[in-house]
Amino acid sequence: MAADISKLGLKTKWQDLTEGMVIAGAGTSREFLTGEWSSVKPEFIEDKCKQCLLCVPVCPDSCIPVKDGKRAEFDYDHCKGCGICVKACPFGAITMEGVK
Amino acid sequence: MAKRDRLSGNEAVAIALRQINPDVFPAFPITPSTEIPQYFASFAANGQVDTEFIPVESEHSSMSAAIGASAAGARALTATSSCGLAYMWEELYIAASNRLPLALALVNRALSGPININCDHSDSMGARDSGWIQIYAENNQEAYDNMVQAFRISEHKDVRLPIMICQDGFITSHAVENIELLEDAEVKGFVGEYEPENYLLNPECPMAVGPYSVTDYYMEAKRNQAEGMKHVERVALDVAKEFAELSGREYGLFEAYRLEDADRAVVMIGSAAGTTKDAIDKLREKGEKVGLLKIRLFRPFPADAIAEALKHVKAVAIMDRAESYTNHGGPLGADVMSALFRARSTALAANIVYGLGGRDVRVEDMEQVFADLKTMIEQDDAGDTYRYMGVRE
Repeated sequence: MAADISKLGLKTKWQDLTEGMVIAGAGTSREFLTGEWSSVKPEFIEDKCKQCLLCVPVCPDSCIPVKDGKRAEFDYDHCKGCGICVKACPFGAITMEGVK
Repeated sequence: MAKRDRLSGNEAVAIALRQINPDVFPAFPITPSTEIPQYFASFAANGQVDTEFIPVESEHSSMSAAIGASAAGARALTATSSCGLAYMWEELYIAASNRLPLALALVNRALSGPININCDHSDSMGARDSGWIQIYAENNQEAYDNMVQAFRISEHKDVRLPIMICQDGFITSHAVENIELLEDAEVKGFVGEYEPENYLLNPECPMAVGPYSVTDYYMEAKRNQAEGMKHVERVALDVAKEFAELSGREYGLFEAYRLEDADRAVVMIGSAAGTTKDAIDKLREKGEKVGLLKIRLFRPFPADAIAEALKHVKAVAIMDRAESYTNHGGPLGADVMSALFRARSTALAANIVYGLGGRDVRVEDMEQVFADLKTMIEQDDAGDTYRYMGVRE
């Protein structure tokens, strides 16, 4: 039986972990909400965005969804707040505390 | 119908393994456990087992291969001694934390240095905190019986932890004794099939084993692992009860020998318990109230039951066949004394290091231990609570 990985969060008690931390089932990383690991997050300022999409490929966690050639709001369930996208944006459309 | 035979401890364990017919047995030889995979390799070559026997290049690899096989869904085990166990160090913890119910036939031998091939318990005592279940034998019969019971304990759904079946190097591993074997079909029926819920080779549900646990998860993971250990006492007793119905031989968490009315007791592990029983029988003939508590299950440590069994004794000698370099005794001494302390025992207790590197233990040595316990009671003083027995000084 596949493990319900969405239930493995920072508030999960020891009783509710899987035995031996085994993750049964494949392709589970989407359900594992790693966004809670970070303390700061990037902010998307849509008005400044030219939709150049330079931020999209540099995100190590694929947290910038693209639909019909346009980027959308960040996937904060998986964004770990690395700030690389802030550096990649030529237009100042992404800001994050502590990243210039 | 049981069969009587004359077997060394290694041969007896190898026969138990032939009867269990495990799926995978990776092995690397080291004295005095070499004979176990050696006998088993001939069973495999003769087609008497279906086991994948893998001669690997080191103990690091034999334990790694056993872990991989177990995670894949196979019933796996290996055998080793001394520095071989030390070389498995990293893997021992991984097997336990991944909750893999594999087995290790351990033939106890002193760790280097100085290099020595004979019996003491320093190898397995060093691994006592690795999360493995540890069961010890006094003689060849017990080594065989414990091996037959091993997978039933380790694979139990409430336990799911690896198990180390220990016997004393050369003293039981190479000495030939009369023992009683179960029929092959009886062992097969008793042990049953290994059917894990999740396993790597399950095409219906692939899985990840041993994921990285950041600080946010590690502590919960260890607490979760400890819960498996908490069920071991009950499961070991249930399995022993079922084994007794099959074999007529009874096992507990420990053996209490003439302990019920004893005012002096020895607590020890392994083959020297047989020598101690002889000493007890001689002293009992003289009317002395002496007894023995022989540890079978050392990990987890059945502290409450041990304190209860010792609650009436006035003085106890805890015998350690391993040093711990704490300046106040060995590992068994530490566990027994803390059990007595928590049970508010008023017994006088001394910890005696003995038998290192195969140093002989004689009946007279154990009679002297009981005489020393008598002195402790008379003087109402435990004296030096960290002593050596059988050392030239």
